[in-house]
Amino acid sequence: MKALEQLRETMRRDRVFDFMAGSHLVHPGEIDTRHGPILYVENVNVSFDGFKALNDLTLYIDDGELRCIIGPNGAGKTTMMDVITGKTRPDSGTVFFGQTMDLTRMTEYEIASSGIGRKFQKPTIFPEHTVFENLELAMHMDKGVWSSLQFRLSGEQKDRIEEVMQTINLLAQCHTAAGLLSHGQKQWLEIGMLLTQSPRLLLVDEPVAGMTHQEIEHTAELLTGLAGKHSVVVVEHDMDFIRSIAKKVTVLHEGHVLAEGDMEAIQNDPRVIEVYLGE
Amino acid sequence: MSFINTLIKLIEQDRVGRYLFSALLAIAIMVPVLNLLVPEGSSLHLSTYVVTLLGKYLCYALLALALDLVWGYGGILSLGHGVFFALGGYAMGMYMMRQIGSRGVYGNPELPDFMVFLNWHELPWYWFGFDHFWFAVLMIVLIPGLLAFVFGWLAFRSRVTGVYLSIITQALTFAFMLAFFRNEMGFGGNNGLTDFKDILGFELQHGGTRNVLFVLSALALAAGYLLCRYIVNSKFGRVVVAIRDAEARTRFIGYKVESYKLWLFIISAVMAGIAGALYVPQVGIINPGEFSPLNSIELVVWVAVGGRGTLFGAIVGALLVNFAKTFFTGALPEVWLFALGGMFIVVTLFLPRGLVGLYQQSREKYLAGRAA
Repeated sequence: MKALEQLRETMRRDRVFDFMAGSHLVHPGEIDTRHGPILYVENVNVSFDGFKALNDLTLYIDDGELRCIIGPNGAGKTTMMDVITGKTRPDSGTVFFGQTMDLTRMTEYEIASSGIGRKFQKPTIFPEHTVFENLELAMHMDKGVWSSLQFRLSGEQKDRIEEVMQTINLLAQCHTAAGLLSHGQKQWLEIGMLLTQSPRLLLVDEPVAGMTHQEIEHTAELLTGLAGKHSVVVVEHDMDFIRSIAKKVTVLHEGHVLAEGDMEAIQNDPRVIEVYLGE
Repeated sequence: MSFINTLIKLIEQDRVGRYLFSALLAIAIMVPVLNLLVPEGSSLHLSTYVVTLLGKYLCYALLALALDLVWGYGGILSLGHGVFFALGGYAMGMYMMRQIGSRGVYGNPELPDFMVFLNWHELPWYWFGFDHFWFAVLMIVLIPGLLAFVFGWLAFRSRVTGVYLSIITQALTFAFMLAFFRNEMGFGGNNGLTDFKDILGFELQHGGTRNVLFVLSALALAAGYLLCRYIVNSKFGRVVVAIRDAEARTRFIGYKVESYKLWLFIISAVMAGIAGALYVPQVGIINPGEFSPLNSIELVVWVAVGGRGTLFGAIVGALLVNFAKTFFTGALPEVWLFALGGMFIVVTLFLPRGLVGLYQQSREKYLAGRAA
């Protein structure tokens, strides 16, 4: 009888086996957002040596949305980005990009080439390459070995890079080695690299750290200008900055969503005040 | 045609490369002329010994170039690049071994001397095909390339980097050395392959053959430089440098880092193999000593002394250090290893960009001084 039960178990019609699901198939440029959200993070758990960095995290990002994520140190903001970009694998839970792409099964470069770009907390640019070359490297194109060997920059691509350099105020530094730029300029260069990469979803980790007031304003303009065409997720500590750009804010606390809503509602939420704003 | 145009453009943009090509062209003409046409009594005459010595240096320079490609640009410090050089050399050695035929000491038309000596009765399967030059050439490219592919695929996919990778490459060449020392391997044990007679029907001892091999080495070095320059100037080269400087970042903008490293490693290994294949007919012997880890470390010193990440520096370093080696081991043999070690310390401490870097620095200073 036991064998029969086992057989029944495998024949259940509501069950899909992992190996048959095929949900990790990559269709670059075919991100299915028919149901609204572009990113589905559901019940994700990550722990490092017993420390729960993400605790049953569930989060949806709509297509074309600009979302700010705040939270005290250790709330799991960077870990969340690591999970989305494939740097860290979750212990459990699912992360879907559109309806079809299972990010937990894709490698970093597959995730990047399917349309998720990331700006790191500490600006990481290529120091020995010029500003122009940095933007060229990031540019959206076939990134295989063979096509790189034969690559010739087209006039169109050159125009696009110059346009981006204008936007990020680095046109004069076009042929300067990126390692020689100031901190703020490096931050912008990295944002510029996201622009030429032109991903559908941008993950931006602390974009205004170490910037002057003017630079912050400019960055805010830049990011709000991106929303609509792209979905943008910004992690930031600077509350003024968030107030100036955010429509919807998510508060993380101990690896879990504590509150979600517009800035007004968040600021008046007693739980949020207790863990974060009240400090 | 577009390929030729690309090459011409490449040379036009590369001032240092033009110096190198002129120098190579000059010695490729002058050395045979001085050796063959100038009579032996004349003070301008170059002995065949010197011709061979110079040819050897050019092979070393090609090997250094191969290492500079992976180390200077890709940031992959291989401490076992000698393994590819030696494998290329063995493939060429096996061909020349078969060419000896029945002229060996034992006069056996079927088997090389060392196999007769070991009482073997038939040729091992992996020696088949080496009677043909084309097959040997194929193997010179294929065997180092294949080893680089298997090793690189495993190492880069597991994201082994930095010191750990260097140690594994060192172990790799050491393992090959131990294996090739064994008589049972069928590569001549610790005596290696030697006593070569001719190559493609040309007598190896003949001065003309020596000069042809020398010119071929110069050509190979020029071609190798051109290939490296093309790779380094292409977008592939820029991606590789990006990987060296910020590997994770490169991954996050959508490059498959493993493939880039793997192909760079394979190209370099094939170049090293070709260098080895040109080296063996000139020195007349290949034995497991070529696999020794010390050789690979010396190679790293050449590149460091010349200046890594410049291509040109690797060639300069290989030539200078080997001239110094020839001089010191002749004049003051006990000093050589100290001199080599000292050179490495001086370069690491004071010349992080090597001799070429020193030249560039002083040139910039000079130009800045004149502008002021």
